[in-house]
Amino acid sequence: MTLLDPTWTALLYLAAAACFILALKGLNSPRTARRGNLIGGFGALLAVVTVFVSVKLDNVPWIVGAIAVGSVVAAPVARRVQMTQMPQLVALFNGVGGGAAALVALLELSHTGDAWVRLAIVFTLLVGAVSFAGSGVTFAKLQGLMTTRPVTFPGLPVLMAVVLLAAVGAGIVVILNGSLLLALALLILGLVAGILLVLPVGGADVPIVISLLNAFTGLAVAASGLVLGNVLLVVAGTLVGASGTILTRAMAAAMGRSVAGIMFGAFKGGSTAGSTAVSERPVRSSSPEDVAVLLGYAQRVIIVPGYGLAVAQGQHTAAELALALEARGTEVDFAIHPVAGRMPGHMNVLLAEANVPYESLKEMSDINPEFKTADVALVVGANDVVNPAAKTTSGSPIYGMPILEVADARQVVFLKRSMRPGFAGIENELLHEPQTTLLFGDAKDSLTKVLGAVKAL
Amino acid sequence: MDGMSLLTITVLAVFVGFEVVSKVSSTLHTPLMSGANAIHGIILVGAIIVAGQASDPWVLAVALLAVVLATANLVGGFVVTDRMLEMFRGRQRPPSSVVSSEEHAGKERGR
Repeated sequence: MTLLDPTWTALLYLAAAACFILALKGLNSPRTARRGNLIGGFGALLAVVTVFVSVKLDNVPWIVGAIAVGSVVAAPVARRVQMTQMPQLVALFNGVGGGAAALVALLELSHTGDAWVRLAIVFTLLVGAVSFAGSGVTFAKLQGLMTTRPVTFPGLPVLMAVVLLAAVGAGIVVILNGSLLLALALLILGLVAGILLVLPVGGADVPIVISLLNAFTGLAVAASGLVLGNVLLVVAGTLVGASGTILTRAMAAAMGRSVAGIMFGAFKGGSTAGSTAVSERPVRSSSPEDVAVLLGYAQRVIIVPGYGLAVAQGQHTAAELALALEARGTEVDFAIHPVAGRMPGHMNVLLAEANVPYESLKEMSDINPEFKTADVALVVGANDVVNPAAKTTSGSPIYGMPILEVADARQVVFLKRSMRPGFAGIENELLHEPQTTLLFGDAKDSLTKVLGAVKAL
Repeated sequence: MDGMSLLTITVLAVFVGFEVVSKVSSTLHTPLMSGANAIHGIILVGAIIVAGQASDPWVLAVALLAVVLATANLVGGFVVTDRMLEMFRGRQRPPSSVVSSEEHAGKERGR
């Protein structure tokens, strides 16, 4: 078979790179996002076909078989996964990508004598291994295979420093003489470093780490592109590395934290883990019928969904309630905190699944001024993202996190399982305010009862 | 390609990466993360090249493992992102195109 000439190969890779840029660009708006993603998928297909027709390859049946295995394993999982489990799936796919980059770098070591190429190999090995192991721990935390609380032990910072120093040492030797044995050692050190990096990260911060590791894998892929002299890998990897970095920072800002604070907070003891103590102070609780009357005769209702809604799989009932209220002439919006759910933007996906049109999903900065004009703010399974302590209590773990200003609404209704505090483990003063009413119970059950009562009005 | 050209391309790609996601709305943070995740699955190209040049069975085995992992990243990433984005619908469109086409088919039969 004659191979494609280098100019055509370069042009096809360039087209694939442009597809990836369009894919990311399309994801800026819900209207263009799906088309963008399809363009990205087309670019990937184009690149894979190009490599088969432009490089002299042995073992082609094996390679095609391996691609088939990978597709057959991943596609059904991607198709069937529940939307609530999205964060751990993204972590998993990210980890295997990092692992693949590390393996490619390892195998290229014997093919080169150039110290600069070896430097790129060392970088890919280390960062790819960190991403693989770190994503594995992230997956275990989100899947509930291990505790989501920060895991620390006294020697952790020292151990981390030793591992990193050893990795730098091994890396320098590999760059100088290309030792395969030390490259393997570097791979193992990278795996250990990845585990140590993610273990101390707790609770609500875990999803930020997924985004950071995503950027890491992108950089590893870019470096492997330098190793192989493949421009497409360089461009695609760098795009992901850069966009992942921006995204990580945007998410951290939405939580009022710095990325460094998230990664190393637990090292210094200032973690997000709090108490789970139950408050004894009085609150006003109410019946589903009373809540239905409040909602049914309101002009404007803003629903604030939180992870409790997702856990109870109540997003469909919430969407139905919104429709029932709109049918009565009430204006209903959903106020989405950037970190509502288990990962930033997760709540939007869950409500989109329940057929809520994206125009009704309001971002925090857009909806906050409107709480003043709302008759009722209905908080379903959310706590920390509406806790005024983020503004008023400087010692609080969530201090500085931007919150949804539900306290501005005339009435605030909380649907809660119990008085237990949220993820961050701090009490919410708002629960004790005079305009606040509580309806205890599972989010879906409560919503179903309220929905029935609204329909009966 | 020489080192200087690669460096130029890398630096420009950094700026493009910063630019395309700097104005993204937080509504789409999850699909964006998942979509970017799918793009780095393109390491599959590298894995295929390495596997295609392997002569030692051990090297081939490791390379094929890389191919499987990279394919899972690439295919799984794009499929799951598409599934998420499919659910984002505007106000005007019907809730499900499947339902409307079934209704249409029902009318046809009724005629």
